[in-house]
Amino acid sequence: MTHRNERTLTVGALARVEGEGALYVRVRGPDVEEVRLDIYEPPRFFEAFLRGRAHTEPPDITARICGICPVAYQMSACQAVEAACGVTVDGALGELRRLLYCGEWIESHALHIYLLHAPDFLGYPGAVELARDHRAAVERGLRLKKAGNALMEFLGGRAIHPVNVRVGGFYRTPAPAELAPLAETLREARADALATVEWAAGFEFPDFDHGHEFLALSADRYPLERGVVRGGTGRVFPAAEFERHVVEEQVPHSTALHARFTDGGRYLTGPLARYSLNRDRLSPLALEAADRAGLGAECRNPFRSILVRAVEVVYAADEALRLIAGYEPPARPAVPVPPREGTGHGVTEAPRGLLYHRYDLGPDGLIRAARIVPPTSQNQAAIEDDLRRFVAARLHLDDEALTRRCEQAIRNYDPCISCSTHFLDLTVERS
Amino acid sequence: MGRPTLAVWKFASCDGCQLTLLDCEDELLALTGEIEIAHFLEASSAAGDGPYDVSLVEGSITTPADLDRIRHVRAVSRKLVTIGACATAGGIQALRDFADVEEFASVVYARPEYVATLARSTPIAAHVPVDFELRGCPIDRRQLLEVLAAHLADRTPDVPSHSVCFECKIRGNVCVMVARGTPCLGPITQAGCGAICPAYARGCYGCFGPSPAWGGGRPNTRGLLPWLDMTEGEAHRVLSTFNVTAFREGAPAEGRGDDAPQ
Ligand code: SF4
Ligand code: SF4
Repeated sequence: MTHRNERTLTVGALARVEGEGALYVRVRGPDVEEVRLDIYEPPRFFEAFLRGRAHTEPPDITARICGICPVAYQMSACQAVEAACGVTVDGALGELRRLLYCGEWIESHALHIYLLHAPDFLGYPGAVELARDHRAAVERGLRLKKAGNALMEFLGGRAIHPVNVRVGGFYRTPAPAELAPLAETLREARADALATVEWAAGFEFPDFDHGHEFLALSADRYPLERGVVRGGTGRVFPAAEFERHVVEEQVPHSTALHARFTDGGRYLTGPLARYSLNRDRLSPLALEAADRAGLGAECRNPFRSILVRAVEVVYAADEALRLIAGYEPPARPAVPVPPREGTGHGVTEAPRGLLYHRYDLGPDGLIRAARIVPPTSQNQAAIEDDLRRFVAARLHLDDEALTRRCEQAIRNYDPCISCSTHFLDLTVERS
Repeated sequence: MGRPTLAVWKFASCDGCQLTLLDCEDELLALTGEIEIAHFLEASSAAGDGPYDVSLVEGSITTPADLDRIRHVRAVSRKLVTIGACATAGGIQALRDFADVEEFASVVYARPEYVATLARSTPIAAHVPVDFELRGCPIDRRQLLEVLAAHLADRTPDVPSHSVCFECKIRGNVCVMVARGTPCLGPITQAGCGAICPAYARGCYGCFGPSPAWGGGRPNTRGLLPWLDMTEGEAHRVLSTFNVTAFREGAPAEGRGDDAPQ
């Protein structure tokens, strides 16, 4: 990056995000001329090497796009392949999928809340340093994360890249009695999650609202593993129409593609969107926690996303307990999914937002083309826009303080930079 | 004497292997009493300049800039341990090695010229000396703790190189191949995971790479084919995943397999 005569500031690396990126801000006088979130995570070409694979392979392969939310990749992939083959997986198998997804939400949100995000509000570089003064809180966070992992390990075989997920369902489904010890763990997790909401509600949140349209799934329950896509301004469409509404563009500075609506306009996906569009679908316990934390009918302050995540952890633990209590073992671990020629679409709610997959299958059941649109690329334009306004209102801060606030502002979105996009070099150029 | 310092680095990868360190929830705080995590950007924005006693390196080398960065990591690390299939075998992104990377880029990007990438995805040991390679996609938490403990005690890590079948017997799994005729790569795959897949009634898919117990890591997959009850195309695909370059020596056919479109 060229600094020349202009006053520049470079922070070695932005930490506590997942993946690699850099932030570049150019300021001239009172104006913020340019804000660029450069995502330079090396491309891994998943969409290219899925071609020629069997229709049964995407769940194991696409899990490797992200170690933090592999279940999201597995669920969107299964849904898309099943849609292409004309098969619907519902009933007890569908509920088990939702249960597994609850595990990932608990694990991923707990990781973000305690290890990545909370240190910002309390003024520490990371959770290890935070633990020196707030040991009980960090232990609670680790316990919570472990509960999510326990659920994933039990149902999925392991927490990172679960092995038990297949197109059509699972390889092995549990007997009801096996779930009893998990329920005990989840009851503790629910109590820890409620304590987390209360803890985070005491943080100080900068005043900052964004005006982007929200986009989230919507269903009869709080959205997780299925639903139709709904926008804040009334647009509603099924997964199959995703590409009619959303286009991805490549920008020179990033290996993550930028998404926007085909009719122009940025949008935001993720916890704020989910909460604001589906608050009435939260469980009574989660809704009560949201009210106590002061979250209104909608939440447009990205800094408060930590509260929304905490509420979603309450919901996920609560929902997991409900699913376990109602569990009737399915007749068989998976329904058969014979391949056929066709195209299928799948969209689910990864912890960071909408994750869309499309597969075109040939008559031999092999994949002819694949398309994957992760949450980070959908949110990138909105993040840049937020940063532009955020920086513009804080130009009076010195470089160091401004840098810290920008880092925090980016972490609000928990950008999973490895799905598209770990390090964020921050450069502020002033002249 | 201060605590030994640990650094964690990332190259092309999914973050899953370094997440394994954070997934040691019961041990993490105790571990940080023994080891100072001096550089771990996924976990902390406090990053010292090194040198570091141990570096854990995740991910494979795929861009021109990576080449310089891995030399820097080696220069600032007393011991360098690679974690995971990406760092030890090139990972799933090494599928580009057998394809035309420009064509790959054109499938994903409208303007592939904006993307700087190397034609191959190579393991860390292809570029700098490596002190220990921990396998898996992802690595196993217990093995990671063993490697760190071994370093603290200055001994060799106790990480087995026998096949998954051994672990299957220890775990008391019913053999999915014998009992159900399900194809399983367990016999040729290195142990370490605890035989998870057979425990979940599916065949092993080889995420720890070939067991060196087999002909120096070159399993005779062609001889194994009739036993696996797979077509060459299927066998080719199952071997062409997270350890594609490590398994490639024994892979049955070039190209995408005989039942794939030519
Ligand atoms: S080896 Fe597997 S789990 Fe580890 S970083 Fe690579 S893709 Fe992720
Ligand atoms: S199930 Fe697979 S790994 Fe286990 S004993 Fe049989 S062949 Fe070996």
